[in-house]
Amino acid sequence: MATLKDFRNNVKPNWCPGCGDFSVQASIQRAAANVGLEPENLAVVSGIGCSGRISGYINCYGFHGVHGRALPIAQGLKMANRELTVIASGGDGDGFAIGMGHTVHAIRRNIDITYIVMDNQIYGLTKGQTSPRSAEGFKTKSTPQGSIESALSPIEMALAAGATFVAQSFSSNLKQLTAVIEEGLKHKGFSFINVFSPCVTFNKINTYDWFKEHVVDLEEIPDYDPSNRIMAMTKLMETEGMLTGIIYQDKSRKSYEDMVHGFKPEGLAKQNVKLTEAEFDKLVAEFK
Amino acid sequence: MISQLSWKIGGQQGEGVESTDRIFSTALNRLGYYLYGYRHFSSRIKGGHTNNKIRISVKPIRSISDDLDILVAFDQETIDLNAHELRKNGVVVADAKFNPTMPEGVQGRLFPVPITAIAEELGTSLFKNMVASGASWALLGLPLEVFNKAVEEEFGRKGPAVVEKNVEAVRRGAEFVLELAGGPLSEFQLEPADGKQKLFMIGNDAIGLGAVAAGCRFMPAYPITPASEIMEYLIKVLPKFGGTVIQTEDEIAACTMAIGANYGGVRALTASAGPGLSLMMEAIGLAGMTETPVVIVDTQRGGPSTGLPTKIEQSDVLAMIHGTHGEIPKIVFAPSTIEDCFYDAIEAFNLAEKFQCPVILLTDLQLSLGKQSSELLDYNQIVIERGNLVTEAPALEENQMFKRYAFTADGVSPRVLPGTKNGLHHVTGVEHGEDGRPSESPVNRQKMMDKRMEKMKHIKVRNPILADAKHDSPDLLIINMGSTSGTIDEARSRLEQEGIKTNRVTVRQLHPFPAEELKPHIEKAKQVVVVEYNATAQLAQLIKLNVGHADKIRSVLKYNGNPFLPSEITKECKELTLVWQH
Ligand SMILES: Cc1ncc(C[n+]2csc(CCOP(=O)(O)OP(=O)(O)O)c2C)c(N)n1
Ligand code: SF4
Ligand SMILES: [Mg+2]
Repeated sequence: MATLKDFRNNVKPNWCPGCGDFSVQASIQRAAANVGLEPENLAVVSGIGCSGRISGYINCYGFHGVHGRALPIAQGLKMANRELTVIASGGDGDGFAIGMGHTVHAIRRNIDITYIVMDNQIYGLTKGQTSPRSAEGFKTKSTPQGSIESALSPIEMALAAGATFVAQSFSSNLKQLTAVIEEGLKHKGFSFINVFSPCVTFNKINTYDWFKEHVVDLEEIPDYDPSNRIMAMTKLMETEGMLTGIIYQDKSRKSYEDMVHGFKPEGLAKQNVKLTEAEFDKLVAEFK
Repeated sequence: MISQLSWKIGGQQGEGVESTDRIFSTALNRLGYYLYGYRHFSSRIKGGHTNNKIRISVKPIRSISDDLDILVAFDQETIDLNAHELRKNGVVVADAKFNPTMPEGVQGRLFPVPITAIAEELGTSLFKNMVASGASWALLGLPLEVFNKAVEEEFGRKGPAVVEKNVEAVRRGAEFVLELAGGPLSEFQLEPADGKQKLFMIGNDAIGLGAVAAGCRFMPAYPITPASEIMEYLIKVLPKFGGTVIQTEDEIAACTMAIGANYGGVRALTASAGPGLSLMMEAIGLAGMTETPVVIVDTQRGGPSTGLPTKIEQSDVLAMIHGTHGEIPKIVFAPSTIEDCFYDAIEAFNLAEKFQCPVILLTDLQLSLGKQSSELLDYNQIVIERGNLVTEAPALEENQMFKRYAFTADGVSPRVLPGTKNGLHHVTGVEHGEDGRPSESPVNRQKMMDKRMEKMKHIKVRNPILADAKHDSPDLLIINMGSTSGTIDEARSRLEQEGIKTNRVTVRQLHPFPAEELKPHIEKAKQVVVVEYNATAQLAQLIKLNVGHADKIRSVLKYNGNPFLPSEITKECKELTLVWQH
């Protein structure tokens, strides 16, 4: 059985020292080993951004696509071979700006993949512009007077879109982060995980210390019930979206693949696709 | 006895013109006639004039006709808009309800039939279509049993009572008109057909069928005219073979999802028209850069922007060739017949995997939606070739990855699917080394570009050009692409009668351009005319760029949304030939 070591490769990440994305990388590797995956059965598909580089830093099949499109690529891959474990990942700009349309619809569709957003509330790779997650008043290169748009609440958005698994975590809390990724990987359906992953270079407001001060671990809320969507919404609003842990999970809804008429458990890519002559004749008969 | 005839039915959109046309032509197909259909429709769903025209022939035909023999009209607008096409002996079968009149200066006879009245007597005006088609079928003097069989198939699932009522409607329509006309019209008696079994389908169905035969099992797509029928066909058929269709949120998702699926090892395609293709451009570049196979169908319609969504044009050609930023290997080819649509769809998947690059199959609205006869399709020609796809990879050394982008003589590297042991590698749209890891080394960059572009030198589709070249030194060589061959051939036979010797070459492979194949045909022709549906002579531009001879190449262009008529091409070619001769 594969161990943590097997998911490590010798590529040195080009992230700044201290970047929150290192923890996400480590947690994915650990979670993959913990749930018993083999590297060849895991594929990580990522978008473009500092965070997007993650697919090259894990020893598995990695696909680094185009900006904002990690999700459709990952969904296509899963449809092609549902026996693979597929993780999609990228930044807050990737998933909530240019790729927002895909995010909402991937949630609705509920294909069994795990989507991990490295949310640093800024554009890292392009050197510090505002993101849909930047707080109002936040000054960046593109908002020198401070942002005048309101910040998106990704977790509320995910719940509203009908997500069946919603979690949030923080790069400083490796234990929790690994645990939610593990649960996400095990969940049968689309798992949405937003990770506060500080950008130490361009975001001097939402720092590790700032997050430590603001996050509210669900463990601290005694009667929290992650199967209760109304409770999830209420608590989120009460904490201004700073909840961490598994916020909501619906175990009853089947994944997309399980609902597709005639879809077999065996990966499509492995099936014999050559038509027999009888099958072909039957198809042609419709046009006679 | 005549060898061919044109029939048209018109009314308001949503009035059942489609289903009447379907039953009428299915019955004719069963009798073994060659058919060629044209749909005139607008973007509205209900209301607005619509008409379907079918040309019926004892010999193969691939063009609409200049004129019309029988017009079935559900309203006066249909007569006003279409009666000018009638030839001298032409007939209009019109609903007596609206007191039809013939516009001034139009030739032909009017047969008012109480279509609505008969239908209502039978219970509902919904039977109007059957009364009308029964009447026009009877004028042709064709066996009613064949027609009734088609009616039965159309309505069978609604139960025997419905079938019976419809058959009765057909009989009543036929009876009335025969009395009015004094029997079947002798000038409309078609010679018997060859009786050979044929298929009757639209290009989009043929592409869908080809895709299934090629082993395609997944289609992500976003609806658009005139591409949606491909998606609808596959929604119907793929589940029978374990596959499925996803209607995505947009064409960017459709294309990237298809890329993800092909990366995962299943053959997947998407289909759209110009607006969707514009959205896919970045993804097409990703497929080129990551050497991931993907098949995309562009069913061209009138552009730019939303343009003329329901009309014909061939104006995406250069965009498809040059589209996406940067430079990638890519294949663009254009079927020109229904049979092509089927075999080319299969070939598109084979080429995509053999050359590990995007393949764009370029149709036009008339080829995609015009229903026409096709020869039977040959099961034995279905071959699935997956190219350099390795299923087992040798064990890797510590920290080594599979060389997915290994430098090779023909530029094609071994490909391995996720899930394969020892196949781990990276895929990225960033420039990369042989194992797929990002690399900015200038030496590697140049070698990788050369490797990818090397593939272009080896690409050849089945019949890159199709030549009908019986003359050694023709007065005129007509070059075309897509659906226009049949119309051009009719024009050519008229030109021949006037002493103008013509050859035709249809260019099927548009990129990389088959210059070597085309060159001798251009060289031996005195003059060259390129016929295409766009304003900037895109195919002619390609020919001039790749083959030369700009001095003897002229264009016949049409971009008003309507298909070419044989008479138009005849006239323009004749004029150009005369100009040259002087
Ligand atoms: C179509 C397109 N537009 C713009 C870019 C430039 N670009 C690359 S990454 C990025 C945003 C990065 O922000 P985010 O997604 O939050 O990732 P981070 O770097 O913060 O991890 C942009 C705008 C691009 N690569 N592609
Ligand atoms: S710029 Fe920010 S997000 Fe990018 S690597 Fe550096 S710290 Fe991380
Ligand atoms: Mg970011």
